[in-house]
Amino acid sequence: MSARVPGAPILAVEGISLSFGGVRALADVSFDVREREVRAIIGPNGAGKSTLLNIISGVYWPARGTVTYLGQRRGRMDPHTAARRGIARTFQTLALFKGMTVLDNIMTGRTLMMRSGLLAQALRFGPAEREETAHRRRVEQIIDFLEIEAHRRTLVGRLPYGLQKRVDLGRALALEPKVLLLDEPMAGMSVEEKQDMCRFILDVNDEFGTTIVLIEHDMSVVMDISDRVVVLDHGQKIGDGTPDDVRGNQAVIDAYLGVKH
Amino acid sequence: MRARVGNIPAVALGLLCGAGVLAPLVVGDTSGGFYIEVLLGGLMAGVLYALVALGFVLIYKASGIFNFAQGAMVLFAALSMARLSEVLPFPLALAATLAIMVLLAMVIERLVLRPLVNQPAVTLLMATLGISLFLEGLGQMVWGSDIYAIDLGTPKEPVMVLEDTFEGGVLMSWEDIVAAITAAALVTLLAVFFRGSATGRALRAVADDHQAAQSLGVPLHRIWVIVWAVAGAVALVGGIIWGSKLGVQFSLSRVALKSLPVVFLGGLTSVPGAIAGGLIIGVGEKMAEVFLGPVLVERFGLAGGGIENWFAYVLALLFILVRPEGLFGERHIDRV
Repeated sequence: MSARVPGAPILAVEGISLSFGGVRALADVSFDVREREVRAIIGPNGAGKSTLLNIISGVYWPARGTVTYLGQRRGRMDPHTAARRGIARTFQTLALFKGMTVLDNIMTGRTLMMRSGLLAQALRFGPAEREETAHRRRVEQIIDFLEIEAHRRTLVGRLPYGLQKRVDLGRALALEPKVLLLDEPMAGMSVEEKQDMCRFILDVNDEFGTTIVLIEHDMSVVMDISDRVVVLDHGQKIGDGTPDDVRGNQAVIDAYLGVKH
Repeated sequence: MRARVGNIPAVALGLLCGAGVLAPLVVGDTSGGFYIEVLLGGLMAGVLYALVALGFVLIYKASGIFNFAQGAMVLFAALSMARLSEVLPFPLALAATLAIMVLLAMVIERLVLRPLVNQPAVTLLMATLGISLFLEGLGQMVWGSDIYAIDLGTPKEPVMVLEDTFEGGVLMSWEDIVAAITAAALVTLLAVFFRGSATGRALRAVADDHQAAQSLGVPLHRIWVIVWAVAGAVALVGGIIWGSKLGVQFSLSRVALKSLPVVFLGGLTSVPGAIAGGLIIGVGEKMAEVFLGPVLVERFGLAGGGIENWFAYVLALLFILVRPEGLFGERHIDRV
């Protein structure tokens, strides 16, 4: 593995609790994420992984607890603000803009960085046109990076699943985020597609220094690419540490393999 | 291949439409001048339908909401315009009405759309139905329920063209000419607005997936205000043209619902589709009314009349059977 040096904590959740109706999705969960590390959240179905990701990205607001990001503690934040402050995400079930091409999908990720007014953009004034070109250049780099040059003009709905997942990643990368949240980036993929995706994730982490928080089911994948792992079960944190620590943790083994009662 | 199979009904429908349009010339004893007049009348009505349909398409494209209130917005805009122009000069009244429509967009976004974000489409449809009824009531309450006039200041005398080509020439009204030019300008403007520009992209992104768009930092609320304001402005243009022709009255809101078959025929997500759909329905309806109606009466002994009430829907149904997403609608490929 490369010489990635995790830095100071960039993101921390403390004492997070959230219930949906009578179902307790998360109970008093705390952990931190350090700069430039690959942090995995694992756990069986219904453990509360996606809920946790949704809280970090501002989709849900925790009933109790706080999220500290870049030294700023907050309870409520909407997804739009999260994106503006450098948190990008991908989705478990694909949420691409189906009627748009690969290029347009990824260009949408640049919306926040467009400085010229909406009207100027619409009328394609000089500065707005130049700005569009500059963003287009950056997006082309992302497209090259993800090796989807050939599909630039394809409607995303026509791409095979594995490539759609890649476009989803590209769209998030277009924000040039500090923290990238990946919700099961490898779910439903073939072994080959998984290997490709792993490579992209590690490259993003290496080349751009992006901090990565990912949810994943496939244990072997998680253990290979993560620096540290949080384990959730029934909304509670039952393990936290390096892949080796977690692998030897009895509570984790019980949660995954079942335990005699 | 799916495309090949799909082509046969499409070609058949195209031939049928072509035959229907040309039939009066071949079979009937129509003079060329009169035929052209009917055709132009149809195109003109089509432009009016298209203007309302545009409003539907804009909002659907950008928010996935089928805005039932578009007709009411046309009525409300026309009413405001008519009453304000009684006391203000035309340009000022226009600016004031535009401001009212923008304000209306902001209020709708804040009070109706924002609280209902991520609700099912049916809920939002019901909400727009509510807005529609509310606007109709508000319009009458504030502006009154009589028939009002909007005077565009165009010459009332129709012009005679092509006198050399056809016997009797072709009559065209200045109002129609102005309306057609306005509609063309508006469509060009909107096409530029949507095509490739970052704004257009953000609008389409919001339409496709609110949540994903939000996660990318697309300002959802602002986008919605913009779209509803633009739809309001389109409603205003439609209302002015329509109102100047028919007079501003309550029934405008109902007439506007005639643009429903237009949007389904043209495709809910397509600006050019709204125009093409409007023209097809407008011409089809007029032709059916003028040429098919009498045939039904003479040959089949029917009472006749009323053909303009249902023809648009039958035509739209035929098109939808062949192309469910409409003429220019986006084809969504759904995986099962």
